[in-house]
Amino acid sequence: MPAIFSHRFDTPLYTGNVYVQTGLFINGAFVDASSRTTIDIFNPSTGKVITQVSEGTAKDIDLAVAAARNAFNTTWGLKVPGSARGQLLYKLATLMEESLEELAAIEALDNGTAFGVVKGWVVPFSIGLIKYYAGWADKISGQVIETDEGRLTYTRHEPIGVVGQIIPWNAPLLMFAMKIAPALAAGNTVVIKPSELTPLSALRVCSLVQEAGFPPGVLNVVVGYGNTVGSALSSHMNIDKISFTGSTLTGRKIMEAASKSNLKNITLELGGKSPNIIFNDADVDQAVSWACHGIFFAQGQICFAGSRIYVQSGIYDEFLAKFTIRSKAHKIGDPFGVDSYQGPQISSTQTERVMGYIKSGVDQGAKVHLGGQRHGDQDGNFITPTIFTDTRPDMKIVQEEIFGPVSVVIKFEDQEDVIQQANDTIYGLAAAVFTQDISQAFEVGHALKAGTVWVNCYNEVHAAVPFGGFKQSGIGREYGSYALEHYVNVKAMHINIKHKMG
Amino acid sequence: MPETFKVELDTPIYKGSVSCNTGLFINGKFVDAVEGGTIDVINPSTGKLLTKVAAATSKDVDIAVEAAKKAYKTSWGLKVSGAQRGELLMKLATLLEANIDEFAALECLNVGKPWSESKGFDMKLTLQTLKYYAGWADKVHGKTIETNEQKLAYTRHEPYGVVGQIVPWNYPLTMVSWKIGPALATGNVVVLKPSEITPLTALKLAGLVQEAGFPPGVVNIIPGYGATAGAAMSLHPDIRKIAFTGSTLTGRKIQEASAKSNLKVVTLELGGKSPNIIFNDADLEQAVKWTAIGIFSNSGQVCTAGSRIFVQEGIYDAFIKAFSEAAAGVNTKTGDPFAEGTIHGPVVSQTQFDRVMGYIDAAKAEGATTFIGGERHSLTEGFFVKPTIFTDCTPDMKIVQEEVFGPVAAVVKFKTEDEVIEMANDSNYGLACAVFTENVSRAIRVSNALEAGMAWVNCNVTTEYNVPFGGYKQSGYGRELGAYAIDTYTQVKAVHINVGLRI
Repeated sequence: MPAIFSHRFDTPLYTGNVYVQTGLFINGAFVDASSRTTIDIFNPSTGKVITQVSEGTAKDIDLAVAAARNAFNTTWGLKVPGSARGQLLYKLATLMEESLEELAAIEALDNGTAFGVVKGWVVPFSIGLIKYYAGWADKISGQVIETDEGRLTYTRHEPIGVVGQIIPWNAPLLMFAMKIAPALAAGNTVVIKPSELTPLSALRVCSLVQEAGFPPGVLNVVVGYGNTVGSALSSHMNIDKISFTGSTLTGRKIMEAASKSNLKNITLELGGKSPNIIFNDADVDQAVSWACHGIFFAQGQICFAGSRIYVQSGIYDEFLAKFTIRSKAHKIGDPFGVDSYQGPQISSTQTERVMGYIKSGVDQGAKVHLGGQRHGDQDGNFITPTIFTDTRPDMKIVQEEIFGPVSVVIKFEDQEDVIQQANDTIYGLAAAVFTQDISQAFEVGHALKAGTVWVNCYNEVHAAVPFGGFKQSGIGREYGSYALEHYVNVKAMHINIKHKMG
Repeated sequence: MPETFKVELDTPIYKGSVSCNTGLFINGKFVDAVEGGTIDVINPSTGKLLTKVAAATSKDVDIAVEAAKKAYKTSWGLKVSGAQRGELLMKLATLLEANIDEFAALECLNVGKPWSESKGFDMKLTLQTLKYYAGWADKVHGKTIETNEQKLAYTRHEPYGVVGQIVPWNYPLTMVSWKIGPALATGNVVVLKPSEITPLTALKLAGLVQEAGFPPGVVNIIPGYGATAGAAMSLHPDIRKIAFTGSTLTGRKIQEASAKSNLKVVTLELGGKSPNIIFNDADLEQAVKWTAIGIFSNSGQVCTAGSRIFVQEGIYDAFIKAFSEAAAGVNTKTGDPFAEGTIHGPVVSQTQFDRVMGYIDAAKAEGATTFIGGERHSLTEGFFVKPTIFTDCTPDMKIVQEEVFGPVAAVVKFKTEDEVIEMANDSNYGLACAVFTENVSRAIRVSNALEAGMAWVNCNVTTEYNVPFGGYKQSGYGRELGAYAIDTYTQVKAVHINVGLRI
């Protein structure tokens, strides 16, 4: 029997006891891993082990897929009406709401993002996502298409079947909600792999899934490594679709595995190097606030972070000065500290990666305008908010995704030039434009090759608005009604009522 | 201060109290009517007085509309997010679910409908409808439309503002949910007049609206007479849209009032004389069951009732025998809503009873054959009419042309498919139709050819909360239920933003 992780929180922002199952959640029960091995889960703030969780492997994926397939054929899919699926999702959201603070504490402990942010935004947003998709479950319709009166032609939007999902460590609970909600609403059953770095909030939610009364096998959670569990999911012959959020590098592997196995349907949400473009006529103070939010929120570990900040020459000095003051003022520290804004990077590996990029920036001749160092304990995972200036477009820090609190600020002159620079990337996840000029706002916004464009704001996501990438930032969309399109198979029915064959 | 109506019930099916406020629900509170009038509310199973409720007149309509306008500008409409509107609707549904038996019992008392219908159909559909529209509230989309790159063209689907809603007495609470669900989800504020005959469950729901925490003025529920409160609503200059379910006669008045006042948008769900067509190749046993449901459910007081029954000659004798046995069966289960096994209740009022009996007498006078029923039930208390089947009906007879709204079936024999389609379409109404055949091509061909807003194939009157509901011709226009109701309660604004075109 797998253990229960219990933890007492005694912090300025949260006190309480939490209990999290550490097994794999397969067929409605918490079970030991087939291999009987475990994974150490680390607290990124301290580098110390919090607990162990069961380590899933390919064998457990087989068990989970079998359970999911059985559920799809008997107690889920089109065997139950959409309203029933919606009601269960709504019940889950309600249970999460009742455990909101507890979930926030587990998440802040495991992921390192400031507790205030997780409690105030991440968890409520995740709950909102599940409620949103609960409402879609009985509203999935096809079309009836006029061809001629001798036929009835219509489409069915059927669930695809068993869906594999792989999520990253940067916003674990949000990623979990974002993936399972549309998949389940549309009638699919799910086998999901949380990141082996941050599985705790997902495991806590599994207890609520049990309590809500989902039939066993509808949702299965298997924690494990990418090259075992992730690989097993993407190459499984009995998984009909895979949805992945993570690095572009891994995204390629998933697509390859899909193509080599059963050509499963894939959606990918990958990396970004999103441009944030600030024109002379922008409200500079607002632009500074949003730009900070855009790159330093969640320690810069956001796929759509506004990491390339283009500032028009007329306001460059003013912007840079204010941006620097603002960034310096961020309090860095333990997620449960009273004023903490920025927490640790997720792991020592990631921290070293980010520091490596900072070094490359220095080596390639960019200027460290602010930061560029570890904060506090030199073996810890905290990095100072960093601003590079005087860069060249070919530098690694301008081209590659750093996934840390590191920004490059680039001066530009004219609109055409900055659009060209902004689009000069393999990525295309998001972009932003700051201007008060209505025509410029739309012209530039429409010209940017990105799946999300923000005008006079940044990082604004909403359950109902689609999100996803152009180019190598991904395939497919999440959020909104658009996500549902990726979780159904369209069947066209042609009913002949009049035409005779000779 | 308005009083609370409360009664203790001790019946085989329901034991406990049943209560509701008897005032008008305006601006978040229960109040007396300005002119102090009241309405007697009768129990149709006994003919006796249940309670009195406040009677709204035009003065109360004015106050309600003012409250609604204020709420729309400050605490509803697009001032709150769709997700917030959805949460409140879901909260209302949750509160209703927690009290569903009491609501079911109150509906039985006021309408006379059997417990099996009230709890098993009305309450179930009400809950489904409210939950369904709660889920729509944050999913009201416009479109962006490609024109050229120097323009951003898009549509907004905005609420109207203050909408007036008038609902009938045959499914009182369910009708309220069909109306307020989509209206509130899309951001409108509501002034709703329940029928003066059956106001009780609407008033009880108003109490839950309060408890759920809707901002005052968002939902106003004002029982009153059509000629006073209803007319005031249809003429009101600040009501931007009116939705009415009821008789075609009253529907005309509402449309006329709109034309004479502020051209408020009107949607109407009116009467029907729906054809129920049984072909030779129908599954006879199933066709009989569905046909009986189609005309005897709710004592025939259903707008979609399959009241003109066309039977192909090859199956006619077998059908009529089985159908009349079914009617006889229904008759034996007539009685009090709270008695075990009751499936047939009274019609809702003395007035309705007289109307239905009038049609029965006219049928006899015009030469139709009374195959079964055709008279009052032996229960002398209450307004019980026996399930009735007339045969040898001809197209010109009143019971073939006009809506009876009682448990009275008019049966007509036919020969061919083309003939029956023509006969079925020979009506000013076009609400629903039903087709019984085992042949897929015929099923689709015939349902395509019938002029009706709803077609049932091998079933009847099985309304789904997410499938649109409404009529053709003089059965009305506009659709309720499903995604279509979202369009009914929004108006479209097209926005053209010039992106860099200089002239």
